[in-house]
This record gives sequence, structure tokens and C-alpha cells, in this order.
Amino acid sequence: MNKKIENLEDLERIKEEGLKSIYPDKTKIAVGTATCGLASGAEEILETITREVREKNLSMTVTRTGCLGFCQKEPLVDVLRPGWPRITYCEMTPERAKKMVNELAQGKLKREWILAKMEEEEFLIEGKIRKYLLNGLPEAIDEIPLYGDVPFYKKQMKIAMRNCGFIDPEKIDEYIGRGGYQSLYKILTQYQPDQVIEEIRKSGLRGRGGGGFLTGRKWYFCRQASGDKRYVICNADEGDPGAYMDRSVLEGDPHSILEGMIIGAYAIGAHEGYIYVRAEYPLAVKILKKAIGQAEEYGFLGSNIFGSGFDFSIQINRGGGAFVCGESTALMASIEGKVGEPRAKHIHTVESGLWERPTNLNNVETWANVPAIIARGSDWFSKIGTKESKGTKVFSLVGKISNTGLVEIPMGITLREIVYDIGGGIPGGKKFKAVQTGGPSGGCVPEKLIDLPVDFEELTRVGSMMGSGGMIVMDEDTCMVDVAKYFLSFLQDESCGKCTSCREGIKRMLQILTRITQGKGEEGDIELLEELSQVVADTSLCALGATAPNPVLTTIRYFRDEYEAHIKDKRCPAKVCRDLITYTIDEEKCTGCMRCLKECPQQAIVGERKRPHQILQEKCIKCGMCYEACRFDAVKVE
Amino acid sequence: MVKLTIDGQEVEVEEGLSVLEAASKIGIEIPTLCYHEALTPYGACRVCTVEIIRKGWSRLSAACTYPVQQGIEVKTNSEKVRKARKLILELLLARCPTVKPIQDLAKKMGVKKPRFQVDNEECILCGLCVRVCQELVGVSAIGFINRGTERQVTTPYQIHSDVCIGCGACATVCPTGAIKIEDDQNLRKIPLWHTELKRKRCKVCGNFFAPEVEVDFLKTKDLQLPQDLFEICPDCRRSELGNKLSRLKTTVPRNFLTKI
Repeated sequence: MNKKIENLEDLERIKEEGLKSIYPDKTKIAVGTATCGLASGAEEILETITREVREKNLSMTVTRTGCLGFCQKEPLVDVLRPGWPRITYCEMTPERAKKMVNELAQGKLKREWILAKMEEEEFLIEGKIRKYLLNGLPEAIDEIPLYGDVPFYKKQMKIAMRNCGFIDPEKIDEYIGRGGYQSLYKILTQYQPDQVIEEIRKSGLRGRGGGGFLTGRKWYFCRQASGDKRYVICNADEGDPGAYMDRSVLEGDPHSILEGMIIGAYAIGAHEGYIYVRAEYPLAVKILKKAIGQAEEYGFLGSNIFGSGFDFSIQINRGGGAFVCGESTALMASIEGKVGEPRAKHIHTVESGLWERPTNLNNVETWANVPAIIARGSDWFSKIGTKESKGTKVFSLVGKISNTGLVEIPMGITLREIVYDIGGGIPGGKKFKAVQTGGPSGGCVPEKLIDLPVDFEELTRVGSMMGSGGMIVMDEDTCMVDVAKYFLSFLQDESCGKCTSCREGIKRMLQILTRITQGKGEEGDIELLEELSQVVADTSLCALGATAPNPVLTTIRYFRDEYEAHIKDKRCPAKVCRDLITYTIDEEKCTGCMRCLKECPQQAIVGERKRPHQILQEKCIKCGMCYEACRFDAVKVE
Repeated sequence: MVKLTIDGQEVEVEEGLSVLEAASKIGIEIPTLCYHEALTPYGACRVCTVEIIRKGWSRLSAACTYPVQQGIEVKTNSEKVRKARKLILELLLARCPTVKPIQDLAKKMGVKKPRFQVDNEECILCGLCVRVCQELVGVSAIGFINRGTERQVTTPYQIHSDVCIGCGACATVCPTGAIKIEDDQNLRKIPLWHTELKRKRCKVCGNFFAPEVEVDFLKTKDLQLPQDLFEICPDCRRSELGNKLSRLKTTVPRNFLTKI
């Protein structure tokens, strides 16, 4: 059967179908089965719920959805029951899921497993609010907080992740139901390519992959470049440690990326597109493939899209696991089948990129923003954010933070709001120390700068960068020299190894840092690190080398005293560096319970029952097992 | 033509040249370890780092891969450049402390002793061997494997390569002497590439000369040379066929002939 959508009537018809699928007239249970959910057991929850519904012959639909962002509370399950607000269950277990289904069948719910309720939701593309019809509410409903009152969600604003958690990513109809592909229809029927570029330029959208280049300008240069063929690429080779916002969009709302790419291709004049996605994201690859198939079936990809005469197709390329392939020229080399290493960019890729043709590359989040900007207009978008940084940015909030998760916030929100309001502060009553932004190329922003508004300029000004949006929160137990060492060891492995300065320079910096953490630091090491940093940054070919010293430079800049403590006093203030700490047992406090003695993997603890134990220093490997095991606070770290 | 300034001198050169080539035209030698005029510039060693001032912005860049641009100002010997080059040489010397050309260049840059832990490598990963094998010989018997500090040049799967003709062009271009060729009577060995090839015996003097596969490889090229020429060693060829050869009009690359 020909499913091709050729006009607005067809699109509207599918939209109705989509809405019916999102909001069926019976109870719908949607399990968040993006990678984050799966990792905490969502598949088993989904199976349990499906089985329970089938066995009890209940009139309920069970479906999958993408990531709702609140990783700390996974697995998350959404319940849409006619007459009720949307209810989000959290921290589900198979047992709880089973009980939940049975209670729902009786029209009841259990307050304690519920995260929040939603009485209205935004249809961002159409700029509409959909209110849930409320009647026959269960008793417990009043005790449940509204989404907007949950601190984690309160300050968020979802543009790139507008559909994540709201639709089944494998159903194109649901994407269309929430206004999907309307922007594509709009530009293909009403806009000249130049107008599209102008709209994106006026919106102030900047590349979300790290560089922060103005997207509209990039498109303009690519359109202006001479060449018989042009390409658009989606960079989905997300590789920063602790960053996973792109994966969530890929898994939760693939069509937003496809629609963005088609719009971009039309504006630039490209007929072929590539999505370069890392092979470590198998679910994203699977969902993308399916999405491309559906878009082809509906005629959003292929020839003569919406009868406009415009042709465009998308192909998926899987990256083989090299971090450096996230760099645009290395990525293009990899698509061409060559070794993934960067080349000099004196002639920019918008003029000579993939197969030496004009190529426009944007990252996942950037593409996902495009349909929203087209739908709502550049004025709407440019009102969000700060003077130079418009719109929202998705951050992955990880590390020593109470609420781990993906947060999408308007640019300009302060770090304090992110860490304390959204993130819920530092667990265990520990003190906040720093936040590392921008991945391995970024830097550490210290506690004293907690009121920094987060945007491209401000982060760069303090020596860090926006990067792709990883935010690793560190508490007082984090050693900043150790942090710098971690990132450099990552970069040493991930440098392609072509430039002497990057390859050899990072190696030597890592050796010096390792020496410092071993208590073998020497006078002048900090200066040598600074000297190396300067040359590695100045003389390396690509951005990996150019930004590699950032973790070292920012930690020296803000935590020089910690470096000095390691070098001069042979002391690790955070008590992390194994060679600089000793574990001892406080004889007064030790009850002789033998707990630590049994835990010690080295048999380095001796003592008799009910007599104070002792640690044999020559055998101790400083793993900290005894410290964790002791219930009387008798193990001391010095 | 493109006009630019190099070390205060105004120069006009044809478009498409690199800054390194443009400087060389006016007699300014920029040190480099990975550049060869017969091969595509690669920009790996970073020794040719120069300061480029464009639209008021100054930045360091490798001269070998930077195309000349109208109005740019190049400084090949500013303090910034000297400092960067010196540290790069210090890094290379720490990697290859026993390699003479590196020692010499490092000394020239003012490096006395590396401040880093020293290794004992011979290869600086400049990629000249990889490029000559691919671009001039045309067989791609070697390439880079791994990344970061694990990077090395080797044959596929690190075993004997079926396409290596043992021509030794790699050893000829190697700036550090890391690639060694051992000719042992009837065998040519390149231990680094796990290559062992039978050598051909000269029809005239009976001495072994080039690897058989190399001679066969050259026979397949349209070199317009008399077939019997491939059977004779370079010494005999010079003495007996020298004159004949000099009369031939060919477009054979010069370094090929010296190899036979």
C-alpha cells in the first residue's frame, strides 16, 4: 500500500492517528526503555507488565518510550489513564510493577512509588498546551506533586528533548501526532532555501557539539561554496566521558533529528546525508534504522518530498570507537573508509569536506533544535537564553550529585541552580568542590564560581568550555590532581597519535602528573606542565590536542595549593592518591569485631576477636575496603 | 599569484603552495622532519611550526600544510616559534635519544637534555615511509596502526605483507634510519616489516641485486625499457648498457632506476 504523504491533509490524517496512539481511550503504560532505563532493569519491568496485563486480560496498552531524564529514579514508568493526569512511577521493580498494574485495574494507585503527575503538557511545535481531562480521580492523587513542583524538573525547558518520554520512538505516527514533520512541510511549500538559512541565522542557534559556531552561518557558507554535490552529516559520535544527551535524543526521538537534517539539506542544497553514530550505541542504531525506514515509507526521505521536487536520502555510518572521530575531519575520513585522523582545516569542511565536497556537519542536539525553530520562529527561540547563547542546552548531570540525570535548561542558568536546585546538591552531606564541564577538553569550574551563568562565553572565560554538555560534579573527596590525571590518561589513549606535540606532549604531562600523585613530584613540575600545555595547545593540528591541556590548566589555575601539597608536603588533601595516604586503626575505637580483617583482600589486618586490630603497612594496598567495612569509625585515613 | 610576507620579506608565489615551500623559494629554510617534496604534506612532526598572522590574529601552525594566502604575515623565527620548536624537539629527543639526526636538530634548537623520562625509540612516526609506499611506489604495504602512544607503522596484521616488493623506498626516505634493510646474498630482509624476499641474480656478473618481486613489479609498468635490462645488476648495467640507456627517452622517475 502506498503510504506516501503528499500534502497537508495526509499529514493531518496521520497526526490524528498519532494522537490516538499517544493518548488511547484506555489505560496506557509506557516504560522508559532507553539505554539508561534498560541498564536499571526496564526490560524486565516491561515484560512483567505485559505479562500481567495479558494474563489478567486487562484493557490496557503497554508500550515503550524514551528517556525522561531522571536517571536517578530509573526505571521510570508513565501511566496515562483517561480522566487522570499523567502519572510517572519511579524506581520500579518487577514486584512493584505487578502491584501497580493490579491497582490500576482497580482504579487505585500507590503514592510512594510515584515521582510526579502532569496535568497539562506542552506541544512545543504547535505552541499549544494540552490539558488532561480530569474526572474520577483516585484518593491519593492530591498527595502527588505536579511535575513543575518537582525540583529536578522545575527549571527545565525541553526543546531538543521535547518528545523524549512522551512518544514511542519507534512509531513515526506519534512523532507526527506531536507536530512532527510540519516544519518540513512548511519550508518545502513556503520557504526558499535562503529563507530557511536566514531563519536559523536569526534564531542565534549555535552548534551543540562543542564548537558553538553559529549554525545559520555554517549553513550559509556551505550553500555558498562551489561544488557539484553537497553533503549534510549528523555527528552522533558522542564520546565525552559522562555525556549521553545525544544518545537519549537518538533513542527517544529519532525523527526530530531526521526532520532537522532534511530541513538543513534543503537549505544547503544537499541530497545525501550521513548519520555517523558510534557502534557502542546499538539501540540508537536500531531505532535510527527503523526511523529512516518509516520516513522513507511516508516519503519524507527519497525523491520528490511533499511533491516539492526536492530529493534527499540518509545513510547510517557506524563509528568504530575512536573518540577522535567525533572531530569533523576525522569523522569524514572515517566515512570515506580511511583511517580516522584529523586533517588541517585551513580550508573549512563547509567548502571541502566529505570527498572534498562542501559538507555541513552538525551534532544531534543541534539538528533536533531545527524543526522547533522553524515551527515557532527565530524570534521565539532567540528570546530564550543569553545575549550570545540562545535557546536551551541539555546537560548530563553526573558524579557526586543527588539527582543524576539529563537536564535541559535555558542558557544562562547559574551553576548553583543546576547543582543545588535541579541536582539536589551533594549526597552524604559532603562539600561541593568543582564541576567539570565540556568533557576531556573542558575544565574544572571551582566552588567559588558557583554563581557563574552557564553559556558558551562564560564557560570559556573561566577556562572551561560548553563542549557537548557533560557536567561532572565533584565533592571534597575528589583529588584535583587525580582528576587531571584521569582526563589526560583518557586523552593519551584517544589522541590519534599523528602530531608529535599531542602524542608525546600528553604522554609526558601524564607521566609528570602520575609522578606527582605518587609523591615523587619535584619543584618546577607545575611550571613544566604549564609550558607543555602551552605548546601542546598551540601546535597540535586538531581540537583534541588544542584543548587537551584544559583539565590540567584549570586545575592548576583553581587548585594550585592541591598540586603544591602533593609536591612539597607529599600529601593528598582529598586523601585519594594511594601513595600518599596510610590507613591506620584507632585502638580506642576498634572493638575487635574482625569485620575489616575478613574484608581485607591482602590479609594485611591482624588481631584477635575483641582486641584492637592492626594494619600491616607493608602488606596494605590502600584499597579502602577496611574503611568502608568499619562500623565504628575506627579506620583512619591520613 | 598570492602575495604574503615572510620574515619581513614580501613574496609573490603561485597559489596552492604551502608556506614551507614559499619560504624555501626565497631561501628561508624551515626545519622539518616529515616533509618531502615528492610527497603530500602530512603535518605530523610539527617541527616546521611557524607563526601566522592573519587578519590581526596570530597563531602557530605547521608550515608544510598551511596554504599560502593573500596578505598573511609569516614569522619563521619569532620567540614563540623558537620556544615551541624547542619543546617539540625536546619531546622527540626524549622519544629517540639515540637517533643522530634528532640529536643534531635538538642541539641546534638549544635542547641539551630532555627534562622527561627517556624512551628508546627510533621511529618518530613522521609517516614518510607510509606515504612513499602509497603515493610513489603505489603498493601500500605499510600503514599506521593503533592510536595515541600505541601508534606505530607496520604491515597489515604485523606479518609479512604480500604486496611489499622490498624496494626499500621506505628506508630511503626515513629521516631517522629506523627502517633497516639487510641484504644477505640471495635474500633481502626488512625485519621491521617482516619482509624476506629472494633476490635476483645478475645475468652478467652473477651477483644478487634487487628482489625478484620488485623486478617483476617494474616489468608490469610501462617503462619502455628493453626487457634484458631487468636481468642485469646496476653495476653491469652502468658499464655495459650505460650508453644505450642514456639515449632512451623515458619518463621513469629517477629514483626507480637507481634502485634497479
